[in-house]
Amino acid sequence: MSLLLSMDGALWEIIGVSFRVSLMAMLIAVPPALLIAFVLVRCAFPGRWLLISLINTLMAVPTVVVGLLLFILLSRAGPLGDWHLLFTQPAMVIGQILLALPILVVMLHAALAGVDKRAWETALQLGASRRAALWRLVMEARFGVMAALVAAFGRIIAEVGCAMMVGGNIAGFTRNITTAIALETLKGEYAQGVALGMVLLVLALALNLMLGLLRGRGQLVVQA
Amino acid sequence: MPQRHTLSSRRLLATLAGLSFGALSILPAQAADDIIRLATTTSTYNSGLLDHLLPEYEEAHDVTIQVIAVGTGKALRMGQDGDVDLVMTHAPGAERKFVDAGYGVEPHGVMYNDFVLLGPETDPAAIDGMQDVDAALGKIAGANAGFISRGDDSGTHKKELALWQSADVTPDFSGYKAVGQGMGKVLSMASELQDYTLSDRGTWLAMEDKLELEILVEGDARLFNPYQVILVNPANHDGLNTRGARELAQWLISSEGQQAIDDYRLKGKALFHASHGETGFDARQTADRASERAPVKAKGAQAEPRS
Repeated sequence: MSLLLSMDGALWEIIGVSFRVSLMAMLIAVPPALLIAFVLVRCAFPGRWLLISLINTLMAVPTVVVGLLLFILLSRAGPLGDWHLLFTQPAMVIGQILLALPILVVMLHAALAGVDKRAWETALQLGASRRAALWRLVMEARFGVMAALVAAFGRIIAEVGCAMMVGGNIAGFTRNITTAIALETLKGEYAQGVALGMVLLVLALALNLMLGLLRGRGQLVVQA
Repeated sequence: MPQRHTLSSRRLLATLAGLSFGALSILPAQAADDIIRLATTTSTYNSGLLDHLLPEYEEAHDVTIQVIAVGTGKALRMGQDGDVDLVMTHAPGAERKFVDAGYGVEPHGVMYNDFVLLGPETDPAAIDGMQDVDAALGKIAGANAGFISRGDDSGTHKKELALWQSADVTPDFSGYKAVGQGMGKVLSMASELQDYTLSDRGTWLAMEDKLELEILVEGDARLFNPYQVILVNPANHDGLNTRGARELAQWLISSEGQQAIDDYRLKGKALFHASHGETGFDARQTADRASERAPVKAKGAQAEPRS
């Protein structure tokens, strides 16, 4: 604990970067992911299963590969070089959105697919708007939806490859918890690295407890 | 049938356990006496020097040398923990503490190369061609230009901090970015952001073509970079291959090894200069030590300043 306290301001800065970037990425990624998942559930079109398989495959793309592709795009010599986004927090957010999207789509799709399709039709028949009906669907599948959010957030807050590559681990600017751990390991300061890892776990635990309170008990109940 | 269910899941567990042990057993066994583990800096490895030196030695002595290329801070830590048999690093102050604390024995100066101060062609701080690296750093800080620091406790980072200190500048101007990454990454970041940075010449030569940077200051004696090879103290750990490590170290400082170091060329340019037994080497090393002025304590290796 004294190790952590010795980092004081810098530590909070690092934690702040991690959570700011990952929460922002989730905020941006969830709506389109929900729409894609919904379309996959509702609309039968040729090649749907191929598309789902492709999205499944994207979940396995290593974070450094996403980082590398984004780096090439944002580099001075790259097509988006003029945006001057490389080694900034927005670049990290974009990378994490790309990482979160496949896992969100796959898990949201699985969650929505488990809902009785009559829920959607009933909601519409009762005069709900399409948006309200979609919300009804999400509420029906809330455990699966919550699991998708938790899994995606877990993946992006814990990833280091992409954050390192497009963020650059600049102290006080783009250094987050995971890149700080990589750095402490590089320096041979293992204790500091483990301490930071524990911070990440504790904060993730706190977040999950909050979500757990929100969604209530996750028990099997007898369906009427 | 609950009974059968239990049985089959038990069998499944046993199968899974068997699979994991099977997977473990195909990993190569460690710590044989024909394996030498060398922790060294990325600068020696990435420059291709070790690929030039080691295969010949491995062939002649029938050993395998496992090279772990990391920053000097981690290399020394691995030595301290007995994870490797010897280290080859370039941070005189940290190496002295490493030996004084009893983690390492038999330090030998092996060779040196030098650092160069790089920056964009536009050179906003106007340091191109300056002979005095202290003055050049002062101008960079004065102009509040961008400067990328390794910030990773590596030999290059320690060197950079020593240079700021000797330039009497506190590197906290807003253009200063500590990024905590390896030399190659720092060079491409400097190129991307068009900032200044300090690099060892080897990594620079290896990556020059891909970078939009230029050498702006070079040749100052303070940019000199000595490498030492140090055996991990066999009194601290069991299972070290100290005999093999000592033979390798002795070969590196033998006339044969020193010749091989001098012969190495990267893109037609000499990179490392053999230095064992050179009187000049010790004198310069002493100057380098004086400039670092780090307090020496028994626990010194833990008391590194944090960036």
